[in-house]
Order: sequence, then C-alpha cells, then structure tokens
Amino acid sequence: MNKESFLIKNLSGGYQSGLIIKDISFAVREGGFTSVIGPNGSGKTTLLRILSKVLQPRDGTILLESEDISKICLKDFCKKVAFVSSDIAVNFPFSVWEIVSMGRIPHLKRMQQEKKEDLAAINAALVMTDTAHLKDKSLDEISAGEKQRVFIARALAQEPQIVLLDEPTSHLDIGHQIHILDLLTKLNREKKLTIIMALHDLNLASQYCDQIILLDNGKIFKSGPPEEVLTYQNIENVYRTTVVVKENPLNSKPYVVLVPSDCKK
Amino acid sequence: MKLHLKTSLTILFSVLILSFIIAILKGSVDILAKDLLLKESRTILVLRILRVFTAIVVGSGLSVSGIVLQSIMKNPLADPYLLGTSSGAGVGAVIATVLCISSIYLPFAAFIGAIISVIIVYSLAKQNNKINTQSLILSGVIVSIALSAITVFIISTSGSETLHSVSWWLWGSLQVYDFGLLAVVTAIVLTGVISVYIFSQDLNALSLGDEDAVHLGVDADKVKRILIIIVSLIVSSIVCVSGTIGFVGLIIPHLMRFIVGPNHRILIPTSCIAASIFMVICDLLSRIIMPPLEIPIGVITAVLGAPVFIILLRKSQTVR
Repeated sequence: MNKESFLIKNLSGGYQSGLIIKDISFAVREGGFTSVIGPNGSGKTTLLRILSKVLQPRDGTILLESEDISKICLKDFCKKVAFVSSDIAVNFPFSVWEIVSMGRIPHLKRMQQEKKEDLAAINAALVMTDTAHLKDKSLDEISAGEKQRVFIARALAQEPQIVLLDEPTSHLDIGHQIHILDLLTKLNREKKLTIIMALHDLNLASQYCDQIILLDNGKIFKSGPPEEVLTYQNIENVYRTTVVVKENPLNSKPYVVLVPSDCKK
Repeated sequence: MKLHLKTSLTILFSVLILSFIIAILKGSVDILAKDLLLKESRTILVLRILRVFTAIVVGSGLSVSGIVLQSIMKNPLADPYLLGTSSGAGVGAVIATVLCISSIYLPFAAFIGAIISVIIVYSLAKQNNKINTQSLILSGVIVSIALSAITVFIISTSGSETLHSVSWWLWGSLQVYDFGLLAVVTAIVLTGVISVYIFSQDLNALSLGDEDAVHLGVDADKVKRILIIIVSLIVSSIVCVSGTIGFVGLIIPHLMRFIVGPNHRILIPTSCIAASIFMVICDLLSRIIMPPLEIPIGVITAVLGAPVFIILLRKSQTVR
C-alpha cells in the first residue's frame, strides 16, 4: 500500500531564463490521486514537464519505482508514464482512432503493425473513456470535452501505471469538468492508475484528490491531504486573496469560497 | 469519407499507368504509336521512357519532402522550394559543376548547399525559440531569391559549357542528360522515400507537436534532425537532374490529405503516386503546349501551384 510510484528528491529545474522549480521533494504513492495547485507561474506545468522527461532537471533525482528516470530510455519510460495536456491545437485532422492508436508507439517498433494486444488496448481505451462511437470522426468534428476524453484514451492506450495531466479541465464547462474527473477517479480505482495532475480549481482538487501539493514560487508551500493543505491561512498566503474555507456537507472535504473585496467590510 | 488505402492506391496506380502511356505516345515530335516501336525511333522511345521515369522520381521525392517539412514544422505551407532548400541545392550543384567535379558527386555538393540554406532559413525565422508561419515563409523566400541570384551570377559569368541554361536551373526540366547521374539520384531518392516511410508513425506524432511526440516516446529532436537530413538529400539529388521545380511538395500532399487524411502511413505512398502522375502530366503539357518549344516545367507547376498556396495561406490566417 505504501509503495511509492514517484519519489522526487531535491528537484530543481527550469529554463535558460531562470530556475522555476527550486529544491522540491515529495513522494506519490502507488494508486495515489495527487493534484498540484498554485498560482500562475508557480511552476505547475514546469514540474510536470520535468516529470514527463520533456525537460531535463537541473539538479536532484526523480525515482520511478526506485529507478532513476534519467537512466530509463524514453520509450520504456512512456510505457509506464503517459501524459495528457490541457489543449492540443491539432494542425492536421487526424481521426479519433488514429490519435488513440498513437498511444501504442512506445510498445511498437517502427513499421511494426499493431498486433492483437495493441488493438485490444486501443479498443479498451476507447470504451473506457466512452469515445468508441467517435472513432471514425475527425478531431475537428468533436467538442472540446470529447477531445479531452480522446487524449485521455490515448494515454490509456499506452497502458501506463502513471498518468500525468496538465490542467485537463481548463477549457471545459463544469459538466464536462466533473465528467473528466469522475472518469479519472474511475480509472484510479478500477485500473489502479496513479494520477498526478496540475489543477487551477481548488475545489475540484479538494473533492477528488487524496494528496494536494501547493506550490508557491517554485517551492512546496504545503503538501498533504486536502483538509491540511486547503486552509484559509495557506490559501491567503500563497494566492494573496481572502477566502473562506467551509466544509462540503456531503463528504466533509474542504470547500473554498471566494471573497470579493466588496464583501470584506 | 476517407478512402481506404488499397482502393486509393489502386485508383492512383491505374491513373499513373494511363498517364505513363499517354506521355510516351505524345511529344514535341509527332510519331504514330506503331512507328514508335520501329528501330529508327528507338532513341525517341528510350528518351521518352526515361523522361517519364524521371518525372516519377522527381515527383515522389518532392512530395515526400513536402510532407516531412509540413509535419515537422506543423505548417501546411512548408515546401522545399518555398523554404529555399531547392535553391541552396542549386547553388551547391552549380559551384560543383563550375569546379569540374564529376557529375556523379553533384548530389553531394548540392546536399551541402541544401543543408546550409536550411540552417540559414531556420535561424532567420526563429524568434524566441519559436517559428511562426509567416516568418518561416518570408525568410524561406528571401533566402531562395538570394541563392537563385548567386546561381544566375555564377552561370552568367562562368562560360562553362557543362552548365545548363539559367532557365534550366531556376525553372527545371525533366530532359535526361546524364544516365549515370540519373541512376545515382534514383537510388538516393528511393532510399530516402523508404526511410521517411519507416518514420510514418513518428511523423504522425510529430505533427501533433514536439512535446506531445516526446510523451509518446518519440525523441523529437533526434528524429527531426534525421528527417531534415534525409529531405535535404532527396531535394539536393533531385535538383541535380531536374533543376528547381516548385509547388509540387505543397499541392500534392495537401490534396492527398484532403482525400486520404493526415495519417502518414497512407499519405506517403498515395502522395508519391499522385505526385508522379502530376509530374508526368505537367511534363507532357510542357512539351505539347507550344511545340517544338518546350516550356520549363516549373512554369507549369507554379501556375497550378501558386493559387493553391494563396488559398492555403488565407486559410491559415483565418484560423489564427
């Protein structure tokens, strides 16, 4: 139960213009549902880019099931870790099936045709994300919510143990937001997928995740279960705005209420 | 509805054979079909067959190069001609010819020119590590004009007899001059096209974006570098046998994406055949419109291709 999927030790990283992530350490347990929150520019996306091997860390180590990820070759890494971005501008109108089948790239050699197990993985991913009926549609014919599910399906076709998501709900209305997060919860419970995602919405993070990492200016301000992280002191300190934290009457998780300046008097 | 790979290949292949036959029967000299098989007209027959063969090699190579550039630059307007790769190759080949280097090595001299022009265009277009459509096309066209000027300068001052005319280098022709060279070029283009096809799925991933490709286990930087080298090789060897011919790499992939979709596993083989047909027909037109004069083939591809380019540019601007 307490096995760690990701163990991050003293991680620093960023771009030529400067360090974004500064000396971060945390662990994500196997089967965990973690969200990374923090203000704009606090380093959420950069952290995910480092965790997904897109960006080389400047310093520190990332262990994936106690193996240093810098020593795992990219293809093998992508068999274990999949990534879903917030919005993919598609320049070329691929069909849904073509997109999802790209999830098999890490498992196949160049020019190797999809075998039975690959087709099975693709179909299972389509069914699980409720996108099977769209499989012949082109990406520019479907809605934003459907598109997000298709990219989650592609991640599932990789048959990973960990899925990283960068703001998977940022372009969606609340109905679709709940739909996507319910889907992730189902995958987390049924497929024992470890999920790490960057999220803007504090309440979604609170309702769905068992661990929240609150970033402030590239450092971890606080991490732990929602009730420990989402206190009004922490939020006011990091986001520099007044909030009231209540309890959701249905599941007693913290609920963040925004306070406009007018109401403060 | 997107056509299935086998159906589209069969249709395209039949059209190719048909255009092949017509192209062999028609030419600037009128000869009846049955006389073409006579001994006296043997040379004409051989020349015509070689011309069609060259059209196929040039067409396939240029369309595949266009596909690769479009996919790795995420830009449906990329084309080896518009990006200056062809002109760079032209300068390399012209310099090598002036220096009296054996024609077999021409493709390699052209390759050096092509790579240099790719590097120049890329660094000119790059702003804050990003390359946008307009600046890419603009720097491609500028570099292309500058390099063509160098070509014209060298040809007009050298007085070398082995050099073709200025119009041959700038507007292209499929007339076969050198069989040894054609054999070398065919081998390079064939190898190049097959190698690109092996990277089909990588190209699919890359056309979604470099970062997304990395998330799928494709080492984007490495694969892009390999593909740019392959494309430069293909384009530079083609320039050595046909001069610079524009727009083929632009219109054919675009047309085929519309018909068979963007999946490179299907797009590459169908575009090869479609571009072969297109080149065979353009070459036929170049010979029969004003006989016995031959219109440079680049003129015909430009007349057909420029409107397509404008439509594409308009479309890409409205999206943004």
